[in-house]
Amino acid sequence: MTAADTVRPAQAEALTASELAAVRADFPLLGRTVRGGKPLVYLDSAATSQKPNVVLEAEVEFYEQRNAAVHRGAHQLAEEATEAFESARSAVASFVGADDGEIVWASGATAALNLVAYAFSNATAGRGGAAAERFRLEPGDEIVVTEAEHHANLVPWQELCARTGAVLRWFGVDDDGRIDLSDVDDVITDRTRIVAFGHVSNVTGAVGPVADLVAAARRVGAYTVLDACQSVPHLPVDLRSVGVDFAVFSAHKMLGPTGVGALYARRELLEAMPPVTTGGSMVEVVTMEGATYAPPPQRFEAGTQMVAQAVGMGVAAQWLDELGMARVARHEHELAAELLRITEIPGVRVVGPTDTTDRLAVVSFVVDGVHAHDVSQVLDDRGIAVRVGHHCAQPLHRRFGVAATARASASVYTTVDEITAFREALTGVRAFFGAE
Amino acid sequence: MSGSLEQMYQQVILDHAKHPHGRGLAEPADGHLRGESHQVNPTCGDEVTLRVDVVADGAGGAVVSGVSWEGQGCSISQASVSVMTELVTGRGLADVRELDATFHALMASRGKGLDDEAALESLGDGEAFTGVSQYPARIKCALLGWAALKDSLARSGALADPTGGTDD
Repeated sequence: MTAADTVRPAQAEALTASELAAVRADFPLLGRTVRGGKPLVYLDSAATSQKPNVVLEAEVEFYEQRNAAVHRGAHQLAEEATEAFESARSAVASFVGADDGEIVWASGATAALNLVAYAFSNATAGRGGAAAERFRLEPGDEIVVTEAEHHANLVPWQELCARTGAVLRWFGVDDDGRIDLSDVDDVITDRTRIVAFGHVSNVTGAVGPVADLVAAARRVGAYTVLDACQSVPHLPVDLRSVGVDFAVFSAHKMLGPTGVGALYARRELLEAMPPVTTGGSMVEVVTMEGATYAPPPQRFEAGTQMVAQAVGMGVAAQWLDELGMARVARHEHELAAELLRITEIPGVRVVGPTDTTDRLAVVSFVVDGVHAHDVSQVLDDRGIAVRVGHHCAQPLHRRFGVAATARASASVYTTVDEITAFREALTGVRAFFGAE
Repeated sequence: MSGSLEQMYQQVILDHAKHPHGRGLAEPADGHLRGESHQVNPTCGDEVTLRVDVVADGAGGAVVSGVSWEGQGCSISQASVSVMTELVTGRGLADVRELDATFHALMASRGKGLDDEAALESLGDGEAFTGVSQYPARIKCALLGWAALKDSLARSGALADPTGGTDD
């Protein structure tokens, strides 16, 4: 599979105008105004998406009708809460082509990535018995990432290296923001134990060379970790066919609640991993001297879980499934093309690919002579919400010689008209600051 | 563009951002105290390195005889350092502390400005930042340089100088 195989927008039917209107009507927040009565143009979905009514209602319904602790207690509410919690796990699992037992709840993708890193760390410290030996790291082992990673898929690996003596290596990016694999055989070697990479960059919108990285990692027997935060909400993603060992994604970027996300890991890996967060609900037998641990996924779900949010995440996955991720991708492919037309505006430069091949509707840019903060303030004055800063990817910004960019990002509910309004507002920015 | 945007980006701010005062690090004169501070706004990557040149005023106090800096950032942060440089150069430490407190009060005013007109006027071009205080996310841009000034004064040793009369 090549990266291109993950994006087949042309094969799906476009959303009709009435379908898109119905989608938007489902998101109450999109109806509000900002900055003195201006319609909101929300182009910050890569930071967090808005939520449809069904997700909001599912959380309220859970609290109003089913609220109880899960996996304990034999009363009816406990049964219903557990059923809702586990049904949500099934919905999320099937959304990404996984089995129920391969999905572990986490508070978000950041926590899920740290869970994986600490499992390796704990195995290296001798925890987890013989089964966990496979995750032991030795000084001189190597962990490979890319220069395009979000800090959440970089800093936990830096820390894991610091704890174990492993060495961090990385792929650079080319001038288009694509991962440069020209030195793949130098970077991924027999010393490589883990290869961690993003499916889609949260800065450049580029779809990563996932198939090539998975193949290279497999050749040397290294584990693969996929940050799927920016792909799962926007593309059909089947994790088993992608072929990674671990993957993470957050609910709040895929129309779900904050405070919940998922770790996917192949079942045999979860079975072998030592626990990370320990405490209640993840044990079998506890004595004063020690404890034995529950099978996965419960082994990794210590403490009272974020049940209502998990239920909301399940409903978000079903909502997207019903619309059809291929159609979502088709719609957003058109939005990406519309966003990229900002390159027609004098003084505007895109950081990332400027054509729509293997790239999503996340477009970071700089405006010559105007700082990103100032750009976003002018857009905000028109009711247009974009992100500014380094988007938790400082090394990538350093690579492009900029401290900050502005970023416009779309989701299924974004319209072409909104992007037209954004381009019009952006056209006036340089004049406002006298940069012409 | 709406009124509030123009209140924020007043011409005086845009002018300071385009032609900032004090840009380019300078070494203090011989015998003067030197303090330097590097401040970063982690949310946007704006940064400033600011150096003070402090000298005894001969009356038991100390005077900021020079401020120089390098930085990159938005027009608000750059203009604010520029305005601050103009304001505090040549002023005694007690005055600087007062200006710092006044500017912080202005930034906390949520766009309302200060009732004390004399205090507001004491800020010179700094008065133009009233509009910035309507935007919580931008206040720290305006305060970046002031944080660097405070820290560099502390690092210069001027505040701890027993003859300086400033007991910060």
